[in-house]
Amino acid sequence: MNATNKPINQKAWWLVLPVLICVAFSAIVPLMTVVNYSVQDIISPDRRVFVGTEWFASVMRDDELHQALWRQLGFSLSVLLVEIPLGICLALSMPAKGWKSSAVLVVVALSLLIPWNVVGTIWQIYGRADIGLLGHALQKLGVDYNYTGSAADAWLTVLVMDVWHWTPLVALLCFAGLRSIPDAYYQAARIDGASKFAVFRYIQLPKMRGVLMIAVLLRFMDSFMIYTEPFVLTGGGPGNATTFLSQYLTQKAVGQFDLGPAAAFSLIYFLIILLFCFVLYNWMQRVGTQEVEKEQ
Amino acid sequence: MNETRFRKRSIFLVLYILFALLPIYWMVNMSFKTNEEIVSSFSFFPHELTWANYARIFTDESWYSGYINSLIYVAINTVISLTVALPAAYAFSRYSFLGDKHVFFWLLTNRMTPPAVFLLPFFQLYSTVGLMDTHLGVALAHLLFNVPLAVWILEGFMSGIPREIDETAYIDGYSFPKFFVRIFLPLIKAGVGVAAFFCFMFSWVELLLARTLTSVNAKPIVATMTRTVSASGMDWATLAAAGVLTIVPGAIVIWFVRHYIAKGFAMGRV
Repeated sequence: MNATNKPINQKAWWLVLPVLICVAFSAIVPLMTVVNYSVQDIISPDRRVFVGTEWFASVMRDDELHQALWRQLGFSLSVLLVEIPLGICLALSMPAKGWKSSAVLVVVALSLLIPWNVVGTIWQIYGRADIGLLGHALQKLGVDYNYTGSAADAWLTVLVMDVWHWTPLVALLCFAGLRSIPDAYYQAARIDGASKFAVFRYIQLPKMRGVLMIAVLLRFMDSFMIYTEPFVLTGGGPGNATTFLSQYLTQKAVGQFDLGPAAAFSLIYFLIILLFCFVLYNWMQRVGTQEVEKEQ
Repeated sequence: MNETRFRKRSIFLVLYILFALLPIYWMVNMSFKTNEEIVSSFSFFPHELTWANYARIFTDESWYSGYINSLIYVAINTVISLTVALPAAYAFSRYSFLGDKHVFFWLLTNRMTPPAVFLLPFFQLYSTVGLMDTHLGVALAHLLFNVPLAVWILEGFMSGIPREIDETAYIDGYSFPKFFVRIFLPLIKAGVGVAAFFCFMFSWVELLLARTLTSVNAKPIVATMTRTVSASGMDWATLAAAGVLTIVPGAIVIWFVRHYIAKGFAMGRV
């Protein structure tokens, strides 16, 4: 959203109202309930004790959680560093016209449509050296690959799986963004004799800024909450190598049935994602406005 | 120089498509094998091609009703998401009003809640209002993450359209609804196509909420699939066949919206 001299019109609220109603219906009550859990010790449904910020304090001191948080940050950062450039390259190389364009579009989107538990299961087989294509091929090439035994292999497998699964999301957004650039821009660039790189840097990239922002934020928050795929693929192992935050949270919430601490954990988790997204969002906004100012 | 550049791009694209398709090929391959064959040996093709896995899904009502249930709530969800998101995105992209930036960012924060603990209050809320195990219930719950996404995507595309177009249309005597449908929507086709596809996709693959809010009548396919994990071991073959079938509706959807995505601005009336 750019703040460039838009007319003030309070009636615009009426256009936003349906959205607010739809979202608030499912958003407010569950959030308040979780806040409520997080300050209570729930011994049984009828016996609850108010404990204040005790759960928050104990969650903050939890060493295992700190480790999971660092692992999570490393993973999400890797996801962004691989998927965003790859997605942009893919969008740039996708054909724009004809049956090829349609076919590529459908093929690229396929991996997004597979339910997440199936994604994990398929890669579980796919990566096995005895019966899976990836594991088998790597072994034939002489790579000692074993995602159930080696922590590094397991981590890499989860990353490659995520890249396979989600790069199309970045690519589709960028592709749609690229297609929205009027031909006149390209013609002007051709007359100026601009290089391919200059066209990318000064026309395509600025025009994709909006969709890229969505792609970065979506990939960040979704990878930060990744659960089903690593859970099915590696079960968080070997050791703790692929136990990311939400799996640790689920172990607490479901495994030990500690609703209070798990709720406090959820809220802290939520705030961490919120903080990072807020910083990313503002940073990308600022880069955008600086570009616009430079042009003028 | 253009030739080599072109070739480099094609090679990259072909490599990526290979990378994208191989795991899917493996799933298709598995879906035509028996469980014994899957776990016993490595092979590029099924030795004894069997349709039994697909036959099981198409003849067992508890399997195929999962697809129908999923399609119903996903369709309801996508339609509602786009209908409410379009005017809101227009408001965010064209006007400034009290609290607009805060509301805009707040919308997205609804996608940031880790589901594990939130499932219980969701269950309680939807039981209280009597929407448990209904298609509408799941569709409404999925609005929580799809509406913000649709608003953000559409706002991005709408902001790319110069405001002069709106003003010219009003001077030409168009009313707001007429302008919006006749002129504005065709201009942001690409955005509508992408938003529709993403709403479909996220609602289609979402497992935790859909499973929590349903039991029998509206049980989605993603929840039915978890049945293949049982005490007697994994039923890999049926899971693979079900996985192949879950791709089909989405592939059809993207086939229909592909023109919207591929021919965004160029087709518009500028």
